[in-house]
Amino acid sequence: MMNDMKQIKHHLTEPLLMGYAAGTLPEAFNLVVATHISMCDDCRAALVEYEAVGGEVMLDAEPVDIAEDALAATLAMIEAGTGAPTTGPVRTKNSVFPGPLQDYVNGDIDSLKWRKVGGGVSQLVLNTSKDASVRLLRIPAGTAVPDHGHRGTELTLVLQGAFTDEEDRFGAGDVEVANEDLHHTPVAEDGMDCICLAATDAPLRFNGLVPRIAQRFIGI
Amino acid sequence: MLTEPNALTKADVPHVIAGYDDGHTKRVRGTGIKQLNTEATAKRMAWVVQVNAVRDDKDRKAFAELFGYFAPRVKSFLMKSGASPDLAEECTQEVMATLWNKAHMFDPAKASVSTWIFTIARNRKIDILRKQRRPEPEDLTWGPEAEPDQADAIGLQQETAQLGQALATLPAEQRQLIERAYFGELSHSQIAAETGLPLGTIKSRIRLALDRLRHAMK
Repeated sequence: MMNDMKQIKHHLTEPLLMGYAAGTLPEAFNLVVATHISMCDDCRAALVEYEAVGGEVMLDAEPVDIAEDALAATLAMIEAGTGAPTTGPVRTKNSVFPGPLQDYVNGDIDSLKWRKVGGGVSQLVLNTSKDASVRLLRIPAGTAVPDHGHRGTELTLVLQGAFTDEEDRFGAGDVEVANEDLHHTPVAEDGMDCICLAATDAPLRFNGLVPRIAQRFIGI
Repeated sequence: MLTEPNALTKADVPHVIAGYDDGHTKRVRGTGIKQLNTEATAKRMAWVVQVNAVRDDKDRKAFAELFGYFAPRVKSFLMKSGASPDLAEECTQEVMATLWNKAHMFDPAKASVSTWIFTIARNRKIDILRKQRRPEPEDLTWGPEAEPDQADAIGLQQETAQLGQALATLPAEQRQLIERAYFGELSHSQIAAETGLPLGTIKSRIRLALDRLRHAMK
């Protein structure tokens, strides 16, 4: 996949990997984490470590009583075939959308129902639990996303192309983790449209009046 | 190499561990908790043998032993994550049934049985308690899986045993923060509100605890 295309420079943070391992993140963040891990062997290896810590934390937990017939009930469940493994959804290789993202979008870049959000930028909001939101952003080559700050945490994972902001350059596979301290103006590089997967647990805060008004209608 | 699916049997474990010990004592000698803990590793290898017995022979006795040890801990994890006792009981039975059904997917060179069962329980927690879809990374694509190498498997089990010991010897305060981050439906900021510690302190203490765990693994 993307692994051999470019060196990934910007990785997931410790709290994100730990939260994914523990199962405590909002679904929108889990999607960004799972998508990045599909592109990044370093973070995949790190996740295994956080899961191992989780296993040891579980072993350390004070055991609680289980029902007297629990073993018999479980064996009965096994015999009845409930919970037998099912095959997951079909995923294609070498798509701009890694496997976990394919489970959330119906189609490829050019067949999706993008909605224009101004300045040439389009978005597609994906359906997840309401504690956070996640969208695909399509930023035409050379275009800037309006300057904005954040109330909560924003994760931006580049799937195709690249953008540059006040912090650094972010290419395919790179993830930028922004909090309320960061005000940035991402600009897509020339050459090809930049496709990003962006999740946030609070509404973005745009700095200009017009984007702020637009925000009320487009739901960023 | 594990050339036969059932090559490793219970009787082999002490011998296998002893053999591993002979070859690797130099690396781990005299370093406190880094010392090779044959007993803890043997316990983990015994779990591996039990999972393999479930996979190959649908061995109910091996399953009952795994059940007796893990089910009360899985249930505890689910209750601490916010499940009622009844729901936790139901989920625990489903987690243990998944262990039976997916025993062929367990790879002792990649995970300890404790890690594997934890991820099954975590997934069940997201499905049932949080009622969310669960995005999963792509599988790695490098061809059919080779039979796990026995030395790799023992090495991984030994490392995880060390991790468990390192966790148990963390200062109580750090261990509790790690536990709450994994168990609770609590974000770092909620822990901050509850403990009265500033958020920055919590994050740096969790980081310190993880650094200690990493150091213990070296």
